Amino acid sequence: MKHHRTHLLVCAGTGCVSCGAFTLKEALEKEVAGRGLQDEVLVVATGCNGFCERGPIVVVHPEGIFYQRLTPEDVPFLVEEHLVKGRPVQKFMYVPPAEAKPVPKMTDIDFFKHQRLIVLRNRGRIDPEKIEEYIAYDGYEAMAKALTEMTPEGIIAEISASGLRGRGGAGFPTGRKWALCRREKAEPKYIICNGDEGDPGAFMDRSVLEADPHAVVEGMVIGARAIGAEKGFLYIRDEYPLAVQRMGVALGQARELGLLGKDILGTGFDFDLEIVRGAGAFVSGEETALIASIEGQRAYPRQRPPYPAEHGLWGRPTVINNVETWANVPSIISRGAAWFAGLGTGTSKGTKVFSLVGKINNTGLVEVPMGIRLREIVYGIGGGIPGGREFKAIQIGGPSGGCVPRDLLDLPVDYESLTKAGAMMGSGGMIVMDEDTCMVDIALYFLRFTEEESCGKCAPCRLGTRQMAGILARIAGGQGTDDDLRKLEELALTVKQGALCGLGQTAPNPVLSTLRYFRDEYEAHIRERRCPAKVCKNLITYDIEPDKCVGCLLCLKACPVNAITGERKQVHVIDQAACIKCGACMNICPPKVGAVSKHSGEGGRS
Amino acid sequence: MSTKKLTIQELARIREKTKAMTVLRDGAGRAKVTVHMGTCGIAAGARGIMDALLQEIESRAVQDVIVTTSGCAGLCNREPMVTVEIKDRPPVKYAQLTPEKMRRILAEHVLEGRVVAEYALAVGSETMY
Repeated sequence: MKHHRTHLLVCAGTGCVSCGAFTLKEALEKEVAGRGLQDEVLVVATGCNGFCERGPIVVVHPEGIFYQRLTPEDVPFLVEEHLVKGRPVQKFMYVPPAEAKPVPKMTDIDFFKHQRLIVLRNRGRIDPEKIEEYIAYDGYEAMAKALTEMTPEGIIAEISASGLRGRGGAGFPTGRKWALCRREKAEPKYIICNGDEGDPGAFMDRSVLEADPHAVVEGMVIGARAIGAEKGFLYIRDEYPLAVQRMGVALGQARELGLLGKDILGTGFDFDLEIVRGAGAFVSGEETALIASIEGQRAYPRQRPPYPAEHGLWGRPTVINNVETWANVPSIISRGAAWFAGLGTGTSKGTKVFSLVGKINNTGLVEVPMGIRLREIVYGIGGGIPGGREFKAIQIGGPSGGCVPRDLLDLPVDYESLTKAGAMMGSGGMIVMDEDTCMVDIALYFLRFTEEESCGKCAPCRLGTRQMAGILARIAGGQGTDDDLRKLEELALTVKQGALCGLGQTAPNPVLSTLRYFRDEYEAHIRERRCPAKVCKNLITYDIEPDKCVGCLLCLKACPVNAITGERKQVHVIDQAACIKCGACMNICPPKVGAVSKHSGEGGRS
Repeated sequence: MSTKKLTIQELARIREKTKAMTVLRDGAGRAKVTVHMGTCGIAAGARGIMDALLQEIESRAVQDVIVTTSGCAGLCNREPMVTVEIKDRPPVKYAQLTPEKMRRILAEHVLEGRVVAEYALAVGSETMY
């Protein structure tokens, strides 16, 4: 093996790939070879680093220098300076918001330094398509230990003692699920990995599958040994082609080395995995619907109990866990339950991966210990709100979750606290909202999503989400009444209690939580016909202030519906009847002029 | 079809072998050798020093020595130069190197901890402000 003095780790998660990571990698390889450095500099494609906001990302080792937003045009200079002359290039480094000096090392960047990696430990560190690199970081060691030194009961006891709970949403104790399944007599048994991540704004499972597919495979072999299964399925969302491809490569390599298939590691244990590509509906992520989908049926959920642990795939006992849950398993087995249980809170152990998106400076994927305060995530890791705006709320748990207001920024992030606050751990989506976000509009967005994605099997969800979305649209449109609020609450509680599956039962959460914390905003929409955040189009007007307008014609030209009249050097006027409230005039009006303003409820059209 | 089914011992062997390559990504080696590759260094033959160093590391199958480059150290007439840093010890600068001297420094100083005094220029680094 050649001794490469430097490794260039090019992030090749979906985020970076979409902004050109593969072209960048080619450019780097070409430039390195062009300078005759191909034997001393190794270019590696890794999985997602999580700092998607800054992609494409390249980390240079051994120094650990973090370069961001690179383009192929930057490559010759970078190679010349850093690799030939050994001078790290400041202009490609990350500069924190509101600071002037770049932070050269990845480990010194706030976004990374507050994280605690278990599930994402190999992210940006190994080439996910090379099983040897996974093995180098103690990969398949936990599996070897589970297969040779532990009994199935011992494995289950270890997982139970660790306190690991399902990372897919509901938080059911993983060890107990395995024990229930092991107890069943029926054969064969199956295990399933749920990789049908459908929440808007959530992408942690995708990143784990892309960055470290073998961790999931290893976790599943251990789980299979624990419950006594010989066959497992990886159900991966079809909208994740890179994840499907990398998992396919991983399975092939594992089989070739005898880490999957017959007589694994010569221990006599047989187990193999198959990839099933998702059916493309949100509901396929619900475990009973997912099982139906693997069986070749339409992805419809069914009544539980019986739970899949007793009556699952093809009526057989089945353990189904989420991607992140499986990826936790190898570390627990190799480092021990006590180590894992030492992290987190009384009821929520270990770490949780969140996708941090919305109105936040550092968009990306973060893994933090359970029990961390929301404030630390938003400000410590996320770098706060862009443009000096005020934090308003954070939506946690996607369409099943809720909005947590500012007063609760010091809430510890664990299963119980979040549920009590009206949100939900869910799969781990976090959408940050600033003062320009209207909570009625947000509730409407999520209800439209669940209405559209409702599978239609049970009436509470099928009809309830539709009616709730209708009422929200009416309120947002300025046509709401006080009675609408009462109806909305009644419907929300009915759907929560009456829906067949977890998705329906949690669909009203965005409504309930916004009603709970932002009722005054609903009331402003209804009683004053006013949208406090100035978002809902029917309740806002755009005006040009005559004393500020310089008559530059910019807005007049930008208006897509020709609603603005005026002459050069004369005050422009918006025809309110023609205006479609797109905001193009406000965006184009030069900041130093600032003549366009937005109003709601102050004598505007209502 | 599985031609090379692994045993647990072979798994460990793959781990050790690959670790030799990936150890550099953790930034933790027992020693770091910095080859000064400013324009002056390159002109004086730093490339040959680098090649000799890497070849030697490869042929000795050394795993945990980090090789990196830096710019001009300001003493251009004494190039090619390298700085050797052994963990927890002050850095030592070597000047006017040849590939042979480099090999000896690797063998004696980097790997065995004995400073090759006759080639050494100074111990320590400039104070940084």
